[in-house]
Amino acid sequence: MTSGVGAPTRAKITARTLRTDRWWLPPLMTNLGLLAFVVYATIRSFMGKWYWVGEYGYLTPFYSPCLSDSCLPGASHFGTPLPELPGWVPLGFIALPFLLGFRLTCYYYRKAYYRSVWQSPPACAVAEPHGSYSGETRLPLVVQNAHRYFFYVAVLVSVVNTYDAVVAFTHGLGLGNVILLVNVVLLWAYTVSCHSCRHVVGGRLKHFSKHPVRYRAWTLVSRLNARHMQLAWTTLGTLVLTDLYVMLVASGAISDLRII
Amino acid sequence: MAYEAKFRVWRGDDSDGELRDYLVEVNEGEVVLDIIHRLQATQTPDLAVRWNCKAGKCGSCSAEINGRPRLLCMTRMSTFTEDETVTVTPMRTFPVVRDLVTDVSFNYTKAREVPSFAPPPGVAPGEYRMLQVDVERSQEFRKCIECFLCQNTCHVVRDHEENKENFAGPRYLMRVAELEMHPLDSADRVAAAQDEHGLGFCNITKCCSEVCPEHIAITDNALIPMKERVADRKYDPIVWLGDKLFRRG
Repeated sequence: MTSGVGAPTRAKITARTLRTDRWWLPPLMTNLGLLAFVVYATIRSFMGKWYWVGEYGYLTPFYSPCLSDSCLPGASHFGTPLPELPGWVPLGFIALPFLLGFRLTCYYYRKAYYRSVWQSPPACAVAEPHGSYSGETRLPLVVQNAHRYFFYVAVLVSVVNTYDAVVAFTHGLGLGNVILLVNVVLLWAYTVSCHSCRHVVGGRLKHFSKHPVRYRAWTLVSRLNARHMQLAWTTLGTLVLTDLYVMLVASGAISDLRII
Repeated sequence: MAYEAKFRVWRGDDSDGELRDYLVEVNEGEVVLDIIHRLQATQTPDLAVRWNCKAGKCGSCSAEINGRPRLLCMTRMSTFTEDETVTVTPMRTFPVVRDLVTDVSFNYTKAREVPSFAPPPGVAPGEYRMLQVDVERSQEFRKCIECFLCQNTCHVVRDHEENKENFAGPRYLMRVAELEMHPLDSADRVAAAQDEHGLGFCNITKCCSEVCPEHIAITDNALIPMKERVADRKYDPIVWLGDKLFRRG
């Protein structure tokens, strides 16, 4: 080590870190959590079945909006402007890349995967393994600055998911409705608590006093923003749970618990 | 209840040094700085340590305790078990002077690189008027005690000496944000934040916020809002167009 903590003028300590706590645990858990979601989401996105329960109007968020002739009858709430798709194209291919981009460029997820996947740094005051570092100053990571555009699309997708959840209520009330509703509420909370949203609604202002409505909006978003990390993980969980429930009901593995 | 604690303290200077073991008495209610002082008084009269207020407000006694950047005076001995070895080293990002004392002049250099408060033309000192709601954001950053723990823990300079020239560090990027958000500051600081103070190096891993003894939300309230302002200016054609069309300032 001749640079970083091993630089010639610094205290001569050979250890990469002197931390005695389990600093490696959070990055490990993050890696496992992200990996589990990526594996599940990839398999389900390409599976091409068990995404729609026609009887109760349940559509999994992984396939929404479903806009091609390949979609099951009834699953296309916004029509089928697209022709039949080859089997290897996920039916939710319109929204999925933007949702992936929204999460990849999210300020919380950036912290999470920079620390856990890229180890830059793995934990505070633990030396990273890389010889050089340019951060987000140049390509490809300078693209992270496009986060707000993914946020705008994510708002549209949240509107679509909300519509899906509302449409399902026209078929009666079951446990699936509750799951879809909880998922969509949390998706909104995660989307609105985004740092770019906080900036757009009022953060960019110099004088709050001249814009009382935007200041109020900024205050509310700031409150949610403090829970952005928790919402990021919770919504990964609710997305999987919602999709899993729809899949199990659609495949006939379980029957929906009907309330009304 | 007093007990003998096992301490490992880094002793040395810029040419060489090592961790040395000591057994020191600890009494109820004491903090790590008390133990370092007892060590000075009873065993190592030449141990160098920088300290002042003993109240977490002067920012002098920054060091690393069991590898974590902390204030010596705000770290209670009750957070360690009696059989635990407590390792105390100087901050590992700055050149060491001797024992626990480092040369923090890097921070003063970076402080000087941030242009000072620029009131609007025609407004003299004493005539500054602003609303609390407008100045509140900047006030959070004024809680900074300049302990430099955030500068010390930031991996951009901690792990990459070569970045020191181009990166101001979280404390001084926060200073830029403080002035940029100040209702009476008339200077444009957005472009300089990215081009001169190295905001783009920050990958928002939040260690600065984690170690701040004043619990300032450095990343969420200063660095990310500045990154968003930079995105407005440099990476968002729609905002750029809006600013041109509607002459927004």
